[in-house]
Amino acid sequence: MTQLAPRINGIPVPRMAPESVEYWAGTRVGELRYQRCTACSAPNFGPGLVCRSCRSRDLEWVAGAGRGVVYSWTVVWRPQTPAFEVPYAPAIVRLDEGYDLLTALVGLDHLEIAEGLRVAVEFHAISDEITLPFFRPDPSAWSGAAAG
Amino acid sequence: MPTHPYHEVAIVGAHNTRQARRLPGETMHSLLVDAVFGACADAGIDVASVDALVGQGPAELSYDLGLGPVTRAMSSLGIPAIRDAAHLITTGEATTVVVATAGAGLLLDDGATAPWTRPTNELVVAYGLFTAAEFALMARRHMLTYGTTPEQLATVAATIRNNGHVHPGAVYSGRGPFTADDILASPMIADPFHLLDCSTTSEGGCAMVLTRADMAADTRHRAVHILGSASDSFGPAYSQAPAWDLGGATSGDDVPAGYVGRRAARTVWKQSGLGPDDVDVCEFYDPFSFEIIRQLEAFGFCDDGEGGGLVMDGTIAPGGRWPVTTDGGTMSFGHAGISTQQIQRVIRGVQQLRGTCATMQVDGAEVALCSNGGSGALFNDLMLLGLERP
Repeated sequence: MTQLAPRINGIPVPRMAPESVEYWAGTRVGELRYQRCTACSAPNFGPGLVCRSCRSRDLEWVAGAGRGVVYSWTVVWRPQTPAFEVPYAPAIVRLDEGYDLLTALVGLDHLEIAEGLRVAVEFHAISDEITLPFFRPDPSAWSGAAAG
Repeated sequence: MPTHPYHEVAIVGAHNTRQARRLPGETMHSLLVDAVFGACADAGIDVASVDALVGQGPAELSYDLGLGPVTRAMSSLGIPAIRDAAHLITTGEATTVVVATAGAGLLLDDGATAPWTRPTNELVVAYGLFTAAEFALMARRHMLTYGTTPEQLATVAATIRNNGHVHPGAVYSGRGPFTADDILASPMIADPFHLLDCSTTSEGGCAMVLTRADMAADTRHRAVHILGSASDSFGPAYSQAPAWDLGGATSGDDVPAGYVGRRAARTVWKQSGLGPDDVDVCEFYDPFSFEIIRQLEAFGFCDDGEGGGLVMDGTIAPGGRWPVTTDGGTMSFGHAGISTQQIQRVIRGVQQLRGTCATMQVDGAEVALCSNGGSGALFNDLMLLGLERP
């Protein structure tokens, strides 16, 4: 059993767009923020100017609970660049608030990854500005408690 | 058969330059020049008769070759560029149009992955993604939902690679033959894709000549007609989570992102009055083995979830009902950057309908469906070719 660990050293650092400043401000303080439409209540992610569900331009930023399920994943054995030590596991996590995040799974063996696995966010800073969300198995789901 | 402006356009020239893993001394421009001369020779026309050029570096190329007056940079890569050429003809802005594209010198850093396959968007750049990983996220959902297996993926890869193995002009000519077990024994890249489930990268160019259908009788080969063409997109590639069921305001129908291309197929069937049963050969874009299974379903060649079974029963094999990607595609024939290999799907479709393929010729082929793009990239472009002018 090899626990997947976050790859954070020497990797490319995201360049923030104006629409995303609030997202990265959130990750810096340990919050997973996303936009919600004030007209139709749909979540909107990645950050944008228009609700992708109803085309309203009235979007508000809110903080989510940082919990969700594994929707899809891959395990990479030949890295994009040598900075990414293999194996690592890019994944789509479907947040409980109803949107998808492209991230990577950590804190479990790659053979333990499964559809619907409950996961919770953890944050790792890679620069002064950028802190990345990763996801690991949700401890509250392990104990059988309803994850929230 | 319905009428459509595309039916007034004929493809009369199609040419691939030399393709190789590397072409030392060649540049994009030198390959473009080769491609234009080659396509015009194939059409049996004088280069001087070309009055419009669509492609990469069109200003330089038209200046050097004295072409024009119309030049267009590609509005989009691949099949949409061919449509740009068709539009120039249907609107009367030009009569004889060359589409030219090439790639060389793009692989200089010798990285593990081609530079253009690494996403730069802020939300995905830090997670070690590259095109194989992004397409794997789509393939995984299909496997979870329908039980599609690595053996089915490997069968696609072996089939297409064997088509390239016997093609003398393929980058990986003579590098087979492969069995599905060979594919499964190759190193894992991004699960479920092994090395041989993935496209290669190479250098080379190609060009096509299009003209008015009523002028096509004077050209060297039998003209091939555009029966229909359309595009489908679910948003910017490689910048958001490529979820199978991604939709959004632009979707507004029953098609999930996993079946991108279906909306284009519906349009093409409507434009042409034809359907999958009328198709003789499928020149599908093959960035990864899974894409063939997915596209067969997306375009209506079988029901959702049945693509895996379809590729196991000989349907896509030589002599099968729908042979796929008969020159070896991006896995074996060539993958020269970001555009050439997409136009080459249509070039191969043209060669199949002319009946001039030296290898893997589909006997009596009259209708070919050509595709570009794929699920992980959130777009598909389609072009349906026919031997008979509608």
